[in-house]
Amino acid sequence: MIQAKDINFYYGDFHALKNINMEIEANTVTAFIGPSGCGKSTFLRLFNRMNELIDNTRLTGECLIDEQNIYHKSVQVDELRKKVGMVFQKPNPFPKSIFENVAYGLRVNDVRDKSYIVQRVEESLRAAALWDEVKDKLKKSAFELSGGQQQRLCIARALAISPSVLLMDEPASALDPISTSKIEELIHSLKKDYTIVIVTHNMQQAARVSDKTGFFMLGELIEYDDTKKIFLKPEKEQTQNYITGRFG
Amino acid sequence: MKQIRQIIERMVTVMLTLSGSVTSLAILLIIIFLFKEGFGLFSSPSVEKGYALCVQTSNPIETLTPEQIKKIFDYEITTWDEVGGSKEEIMVFRFDDIFSMYPEEEFGTDYELLPEKLGEVIAQNPYIIAYIPEQYLPQKNTSVKTLPQKNIQITDFFGGKEWLPTATPSPQFGVLPLIMGTLWVSFFAILIALPLGMGVAIYMSELAGARTRKLLKPAIELLAGIPSVVYGFFGLVVLVPLIQKALNLPVGETAFAGSLILAIMALPTIITIAEDAMGGTPRAMREASLALGATRWQTIYKVIVPYASSGIMAAVVLGIGRAIGETMAVLMVTGNAAVMPNSLFQSVRTIPATIAAELGEAPAGGAHYQSLFLLGCILFVITMLISASAEIISKRQHNKEI
Repeated sequence: MIQAKDINFYYGDFHALKNINMEIEANTVTAFIGPSGCGKSTFLRLFNRMNELIDNTRLTGECLIDEQNIYHKSVQVDELRKKVGMVFQKPNPFPKSIFENVAYGLRVNDVRDKSYIVQRVEESLRAAALWDEVKDKLKKSAFELSGGQQQRLCIARALAISPSVLLMDEPASALDPISTSKIEELIHSLKKDYTIVIVTHNMQQAARVSDKTGFFMLGELIEYDDTKKIFLKPEKEQTQNYITGRFG
Repeated sequence: MKQIRQIIERMVTVMLTLSGSVTSLAILLIIIFLFKEGFGLFSSPSVEKGYALCVQTSNPIETLTPEQIKKIFDYEITTWDEVGGSKEEIMVFRFDDIFSMYPEEEFGTDYELLPEKLGEVIAQNPYIIAYIPEQYLPQKNTSVKTLPQKNIQITDFFGGKEWLPTATPSPQFGVLPLIMGTLWVSFFAILIALPLGMGVAIYMSELAGARTRKLLKPAIELLAGIPSVVYGFFGLVVLVPLIQKALNLPVGETAFAGSLILAIMALPTIITIAEDAMGGTPRAMREASLALGATRWQTIYKVIVPYASSGIMAAVVLGIGRAIGETMAVLMVTGNAAVMPNSLFQSVRTIPATIAAELGEAPAGGAHYQSLFLLGCILFVITMLISASAEIISKRQHNKEI
């Protein structure tokens, strides 16, 4: 379970997130939608402290995952990131073989047991619905895969270290429709094991894959509710305008 | 309007093509000139031009190698049996000696009687070897035998261990100590500069804050612009005495001092290029690694350094290139003794330093002059080999990873 309490976030002087409160339940898919620059990606990246890589940022408020404040001094950021996996907008495999890409997370976590690594790589690739396509060319470079396959490889890579939360930052925006539908199917099947938070520009996608949807605008969380309700009977006028395509 | 633009565009195209081809041609011509001058050495006689070596006709010796000639005139070989003759002692006769044997008047007003006198001397001494100008050769005297002149051999040049280009009568062009000196100094320079440079580059690109980097980077780039003579001066005044004192050496001007100075000089190049290469690692790679729970260090050595490896390779090559080709600073601190190096704490001499120091005194077109050009060719080939091998390595690395 993820809880965000009174989150405010600043890039320098720019107030990017304004007083956001949200609770995300375990083993659900939550989608963040909203126009560009509304802060939904920034909010997502708070959950694995990715925003800390950017200079000159400031955060107030609390963010709890499984009752623990992830910004507490006692939390080691690399330990946190093992629990909270992330898939990025553009497929970003390492310039290594397919096998090594998936094994990377295990290796940096000091897993030395070779048979376990082999087993885990296969499990992860199966979970990412990529195994059948790559099982004969695990030694080949990851760059030989298509864009959609690369993105599923990145998902497999994130799954290999068994996180409990999976963050997806517009995971299908750089992909063709067929690859996109594969990723969406994948999200469905992963739901039973992971808490998934997905940022998307594509409202149909949000409607298709998510249980709950949060609508962001100008750094504020305008509305957060069951996906059905957001898309069929939104409470706020701004949400209504956005999902019917009147702006954004 | 459109026509004018077309004409201008065509003119620009022609000009660019022309300047490109002229430049390439000029570079090619320079290389050809270098090799032509250099390889002229192997058609030069092993004894100085215009001079001849004479012995008595009765002497069984037919030829002498340049090394034997040098040793005879250095009195290292003193009897003829050492070079295949009789057991008698060699009498070395230089041209100048004739003036101490006869009063000047006897040579005639235009030295027209000089050959005759030389012939007399040779005829009187059966174990003599005389080194005299060809123009005064006593050709009529039947008891005088001129030794045939051999050209300088490639094997003598590349295999010789003595570099004495001004020795008379037979200069020694053994280039081995110079090649070894160059490689020795450059190798240790890179050995010192590479880990240091990589360390600083990693610090600057990954660990330092934005403000530190902003200060540090121009400062390091500034170091690359300092003239090498200033580094040499610094080395001579500070490093050399320091090394001498710290290591208790007879002289501080050693290969080590050269390596140290070269390392300092190569550092800015290595740092800047390696840092650029690592900074060029896409943010997505970094984030992907960190998002998988890798620590900063794991990200650096598992993702960033491999990703930047071809850039790092370029940094190393340029660093080595700078080290091998560097002249002035090395000339000032290495002591310039053309001997085979067998320790880092010995004076050595590098190829560029030799060219710089000796070209001014080498008569144009002579064997010495040509040998210096040949040294230039060697330097050219060494640097070419290094950059070619670096290219191959980085390509292989690239193929392996991508």
